[in-house]
Amino acid sequence: MNGIRIVVCAKQVPDPEAPFTAVEVDSEAKKISTKGIPPVINPFDENAIEAALCIKEEDGAEVTVLSVGANISHAVLRKALAVGADNLILLDDPHFKDLDSYSTAYVLSNAIKKIGGYDLILTGRQAGDWDSGQTGLILGEMLEIVSINLARSIKIEDGTVVVEKMIQGGYELVRTKLPSLVTVSSEIGELRYPTVKRRLQAHKQPIEVWSAEDVEIDSEKLKTIEIMELLPALGMGRQCHFMEGDSPEEKGENLAITLKGIA
Amino acid sequence: MVCGEAGEGGEIHPITLELLGVGRKLADDLSTELSAVLIGDKLGEIAEEVAFFEADKVYKLENPLLEDFKADLWVEALEKLCGEINPKVFLMGHTVTGMEIAPRLAFRLNTMLITDCIGLEIDREDGLLLCTKPVYGGNAIAVFKHKGEPQFATVRKKVMEPAERSSTKGEIIDFDPGIDESMVKIESIKIVKEEVVALDKAEVIISGGRGIGGIEGFKELDELANLFRESFEKVEVGCSRPAVDFGWISSSRQIGLTGEKVSPALYIAVGISGATQHLAGIMRAKKIVAINSDPKSSIFNVADYGVVEDYKKVLPAFKKKWRELS
Repeated sequence: MNGIRIVVCAKQVPDPEAPFTAVEVDSEAKKISTKGIPPVINPFDENAIEAALCIKEEDGAEVTVLSVGANISHAVLRKALAVGADNLILLDDPHFKDLDSYSTAYVLSNAIKKIGGYDLILTGRQAGDWDSGQTGLILGEMLEIVSINLARSIKIEDGTVVVEKMIQGGYELVRTKLPSLVTVSSEIGELRYPTVKRRLQAHKQPIEVWSAEDVEIDSEKLKTIEIMELLPALGMGRQCHFMEGDSPEEKGENLAITLKGIA
Repeated sequence: MVCGEAGEGGEIHPITLELLGVGRKLADDLSTELSAVLIGDKLGEIAEEVAFFEADKVYKLENPLLEDFKADLWVEALEKLCGEINPKVFLMGHTVTGMEIAPRLAFRLNTMLITDCIGLEIDREDGLLLCTKPVYGGNAIAVFKHKGEPQFATVRKKVMEPAERSSTKGEIIDFDPGIDESMVKIESIKIVKEEVVALDKAEVIISGGRGIGGIEGFKELDELANLFRESFEKVEVGCSRPAVDFGWISSSRQIGLTGEKVSPALYIAVGISGATQHLAGIMRAKKIVAINSDPKSSIFNVADYGVVEDYKKVLPAFKKKWRELS
């Protein structure tokens, strides 16, 4: 295959778009129950997959998606293949449950070394569960490559990557040599939908599963996220007063009257 | 030690004073001094000013290479400073700058980092930092603690009480950032300024989401904004993330966990379902109005006034009535 080799790091999270009433906080056990919330690929990582697919279309690329976790759903991550990724590697091990950013980056860096060559690593800006936004940049440090944070567009030009990077009050167009790491912001666009044909093909594509041992991880060195206290988010304490009326228009008028009253 | 930032016009970024405000309390609790670090070129004036805001010391890291923000150079300079000064606590703003620098710096200092904190205090038992931050898109609040040195956290904007100007002035110290051209690995081609949207200062915000349906829909919101401008001074159009992802509106208008967090007197959410990622940005609005055709939308759980209808039918009647009453 021609083109560059891209590795995209993608995490499985409970769907952040789920209504917040579905999330239960157990302060005693310091646990968040997300039962009933379907797992999805972290939407910010989906942006990174989309960025990789755009480069693949434009210049040709081999796209490998990597995911770290314990009991990762093959059905959820297979979406990456269905939209056009070439390879999917799941780093799945009981020791990989609830890892902190540093340990996640450690597992990813070992996996990337095992894969061998790469030109570009893409990650989402943060994960929709702990919202920490560190793993990608730590990974760049571990691999000792240049990192660019918060890309809103990515292009490959003559062995370099050209990125529109978000900065205070606008963006900066920057360029650096490959290999490098870029974290992707949601401005890059939502992940495309898989076609039915691709979805069927993806079912035949193999998924590689690697354990801690496979990537030479010393599980003693892994750290999980440790919480001192966990509280439900402060309720907003609002009672919704619904506008009445026989038609949408009447409700609209009533809203105008109500707002005039409080403005 | 807190890391200051300059605003777009080179002025002191408000986060700098907020960090000094919370930093003062933490330093007092630890019976240690509070220092600020400033990075850039020609920092004389700004350092003189920051020295009046509760800082015992202001470290000035100047170099012509630092005129514009370059992440690689900031990381190098701060690694050197922290290596020599060994601060107990190191704080940065959870700004685009802090988001990029802090994880890398924490790695190099062999410590850990808690990002986007909304509360910081010292645990009296062990002197470590208790870091409070929203998780799961704002669905829960967690308190974290780590044992790394320095105790490192980034702080959300506009949450901490800013330091007040006092009559005593801290000591200003020149510190050689120890950087050179060879450390610049990223070539800057150009910097593009985009329209600055003062969402955080708006009195009224009219926001659209997925349910708006397209660019046309935002034109209707613009018209509604114009109508409100007859009664209010600062009116802005905002949006939730899907509207940006679809390319209907600029990301500079995005409100939510990864966009702006706002506190208008009146927030009108049109065609917004109310994902927590968005709700996290509107918690501090005084009154929230939601217009959405789906009665099960989460947005109604946090709204004061709701209209369960298609906005396309509601808004024209609303505008007409509003004009009549004006």
